Amino acid sequence: MALAYTPGLKVKASTTIRAARRLPIPGDVLVREGEKVGFDTVVARTSVPGGVEIVKLVHLLGIDPDEVAIYMRKKVGDSVQKDEVIAEKKGILGMFRSVAKSPTMGVVQQVSELTGQVTISEPPVPLEVKAYVPGQVEKVLPNEGVMVRIDGALIQGIFGIGGETHGIVAFAVNSPDEMLTIDKIRDDYSGKVIVGGSLVRVDALRKAVSLGVKGIVVGGIEDKDLSDFLGYEIGVAITGHENVGLTLIITEGFGRMRMSERTFNLLKKLEGKEAAINGATQIRAGVIRPEIIVPQLDAETRPQMSEDFVPQKGMEPGMAVRIIREPDFGKIGKIVSLPVDLQVVDTESPVRVLEVELEDGRTVVVPRADVEIIEE
Amino acid sequence: MAEVGNQAPSLDPEKINVILATDCGSTTSKARFFKKLKNEYRFVCAGEAPTTVEAPYEDVTLGVRNAVREVEELTGHKLLSEKGIIDTRADEKTGIDLYATTSSAGGGLQMMVAGVVKSMTGESAERAALGAGAIVMDVIAVNDGRRLHEKIEMMRHLRPDMVLVAGGTDGGDIEHVIQTAEVIRTAEPKARLGIGYKLPIVYAGNNRARKQVEEILGSRYALTMVDNLRPTLEVENSEPAREAIHELFMEHVMSHAPGYDKLMKWTDVPIMPTPAAEGRMFRTIAERRKVNVIGVGLGGATTNVYSVYDGKFVRTVSANLGMSYSICNVLHSAGLQNITRWLPFEFDEVEIRNVLRNKMIRPTTIPRTIDELVIEHAVAREALRLGFMHHKFLARGLRGVRIQRTIADIFDQRAFAETYIDMMNIRMIAGTGGLLSHAPRRAQTALALIDGFLPEGVTKLAQDSVFMMPHLGVLSSVHPAAALEIFEKDCLVRIGTCIAARGTIAEDADALKLKAMMPDGFAVEKSLKFGEMGLIPLEEGRSASIEIEPAKELDVGAGPGNKLTVEVEGGVVGVILDARGRPLTLPQDDKERRRRLLQWFSVLDAYPKAALERFGQGLELAFKVGKSGRAN
Repeated sequence: MALAYTPGLKVKASTTIRAARRLPIPGDVLVREGEKVGFDTVVARTSVPGGVEIVKLVHLLGIDPDEVAIYMRKKVGDSVQKDEVIAEKKGILGMFRSVAKSPTMGVVQQVSELTGQVTISEPPVPLEVKAYVPGQVEKVLPNEGVMVRIDGALIQGIFGIGGETHGIVAFAVNSPDEMLTIDKIRDDYSGKVIVGGSLVRVDALRKAVSLGVKGIVVGGIEDKDLSDFLGYEIGVAITGHENVGLTLIITEGFGRMRMSERTFNLLKKLEGKEAAINGATQIRAGVIRPEIIVPQLDAETRPQMSEDFVPQKGMEPGMAVRIIREPDFGKIGKIVSLPVDLQVVDTESPVRVLEVELEDGRTVVVPRADVEIIEE
Repeated sequence: MAEVGNQAPSLDPEKINVILATDCGSTTSKARFFKKLKNEYRFVCAGEAPTTVEAPYEDVTLGVRNAVREVEELTGHKLLSEKGIIDTRADEKTGIDLYATTSSAGGGLQMMVAGVVKSMTGESAERAALGAGAIVMDVIAVNDGRRLHEKIEMMRHLRPDMVLVAGGTDGGDIEHVIQTAEVIRTAEPKARLGIGYKLPIVYAGNNRARKQVEEILGSRYALTMVDNLRPTLEVENSEPAREAIHELFMEHVMSHAPGYDKLMKWTDVPIMPTPAAEGRMFRTIAERRKVNVIGVGLGGATTNVYSVYDGKFVRTVSANLGMSYSICNVLHSAGLQNITRWLPFEFDEVEIRNVLRNKMIRPTTIPRTIDELVIEHAVAREALRLGFMHHKFLARGLRGVRIQRTIADIFDQRAFAETYIDMMNIRMIAGTGGLLSHAPRRAQTALALIDGFLPEGVTKLAQDSVFMMPHLGVLSSVHPAAALEIFEKDCLVRIGTCIAARGTIAEDADALKLKAMMPDGFAVEKSLKFGEMGLIPLEEGRSASIEIEPAKELDVGAGPGNKLTVEVEGGVVGVILDARGRPLTLPQDDKERRRRLLQWFSVLDAYPKAALERFGQGLELAFKVGKSGRAN
């Protein structure tokens, strides 16, 4: 697969990021084009329909569906309080009166003469979308949201849990090899995004939650620890909605995995700065990966690249790649050659391969599907 | 029964000499190049590249171009221009006569279905949607056990591509189906793709309720009315609903998916959902051979199972059972122990979990070590097993039909409660999909199919050579002769025949005695103990007469203990003998379980000898690993 590439995770000290901030359903956009926004600026708002309760008049009043209009005391669109009478059937001489009360506060949404049911909608629930990253509103998407442009550092992880948040970057380890053990989680990490090395264990995660840590960025985690932390096993890799007390971003993968030097070194440069982070991950052909975004507030470091890197031409000799499957997982090297013919690998599969010269001097033959391009 | 609603254009088959077909899968876009060579249509070569329907690319044609460019590189045939596929042939080395494609990218066609009674119209609606190649996200029914507000919450959350509403028999009571329509109106479900466009709803319920359903849903949704899919309790008529689903798939769903507007202009044939195209080919196998067939497409995100049984065709798509994106959902659904029971080596559970998770987060990677290959094959067995369980649940008689029952029926509860698929009556199992088609040894595919489906009696095994069944399926909608020719000559690999015994007896008791009259006139005799597998080499295209004598409790198709003489076809693996019994249980003792697995893998020569020797270290094996195995 000459053009079969796995685009690498972005690790950029300086780039332009455009964050699409969209409502799930149409609503109001609250900011204008060109406006400056902060992490927590509300940029769009809407309301989602509230809960729904059904009142079965047919059963409660002992009537036929086509009689409901006769007995209704409220009409569609009327507001009702909890336990307020919405329909009434007077009995003979005032006896045997039967009533139907609203089970909730809300609005009469529907009265069906076909089924004899009344639908009460609870008040709409407001839904707001925040800017998430500090920057400038580049474009307003009418009724939908905005595009926020920000110049800054962008680091993508491979997998994460937990949603959008922000906090000051703090380091809990001295090297990318070091494990983020429970004793390294300090009290003063409250409200911060802490960087670990190769592995975080479940006890350390729990302590971090208890201290109010906003996020953890680390090389690896055991799947068992992740399941224990979540309280369930993730089936399909669509995450970001977990409510577990912090956002966790894994940069390399499952198991103990040394954080890549590039990621570790860039994070080190960002220590003490405020980062927006999001653990949301969606693994598909093109993917949503978790991210750490740090705005460049100082003028001296302007972005070197204005557009996102989207590899178009595939792999070439000399290009830097990282091996993303065992053995040699995580090793970095340069492409030596891209043989056209299929080659048989250890599994006996005939596959497209490439020859990579690793940093330790070895040259290995790897399936092209098992490397990712390191974006320069 | 027509497969696809939107009619393919009529083409002059005589003028079709160069054909390009692609399948935009969830993981990989696969291009297949076919040509008429010396008056016969043949497969020429394949090109593959990652699918680019989602961010950051959001243009499916980019992946298609990359896959097609690989075909260009390998053949020197120019296929691409700045504008796209060169759809007119300039000369022998430029352009094509026909381009067709299938798609399951971006999650395929995702539907929500509704019926009145879950096991009746609910089930019929589910079958119709699955039959159209959709993934069914949820089935709503009056009696589904959820409260109304729970259903409404769920509908708001799901965001399907389309909704199918069924319910009631024609002329019957309309109250419940109207209630379903009202619930949908209250929930206001939104479409997955394209903010602000009307969600397509197909109504295929009681014809007396059409007016009311139109009033309730007509102004808010793209509502299509079709004939009731359950006009009477005794009849299921899913074709009109299926056709409507296909048309809406093209008009509404595909046109909103990233890049498909371009792709739709490139193709000469309407884009077909991958499961619909695969299904066409499995039906072709069954119809041409006039036998009951089970087919499977084991993909990265989904497992599609097809059965043609006594003329009935059923297709199921198990969303979230797959070998890449969905690999951890197989782990979640099957449980770790069911996966690791297929591993012949010592393992650390934590490690196995991590291996599977790492595949999930980097789904396009392929195993580099035998150990990881064996782990993926273990997952494949479980994905097939679970996918088939799902299939059997829907491959059953219509619920709600009043049947005159006899005393015999009362004893045979299965006829009423379980699937109608009896594995003893299945004559062929065929597989396609990346893992099955690309398995380094065909014996690995054979074992995955046998362990996943547990055939009984005498069953042929086949597989898609390089994954081209979807391509041929869509091609067959416009050029059936070309599709069939390529299918028989280049696509269908005959793995061999599996002879498996139903029933159980004591471990290591005499189970099967076989006498095969080989094509060269020699007789081969084999005997197997219970729990063993064996192999009689028999090449593809040759056949042998085999006399099978099972132990008195075991059945190979002629009844318990009865001899069966049968003509069997060979294949690239041969005649596989399975004396492990049905149901198949693996030994509880870990070492014994590993010994068993190594015997099976050895006798079929499924993995390299050195790897099997390594796996067997520390186990006192009563056989030599490698080709011979134990079975004599």
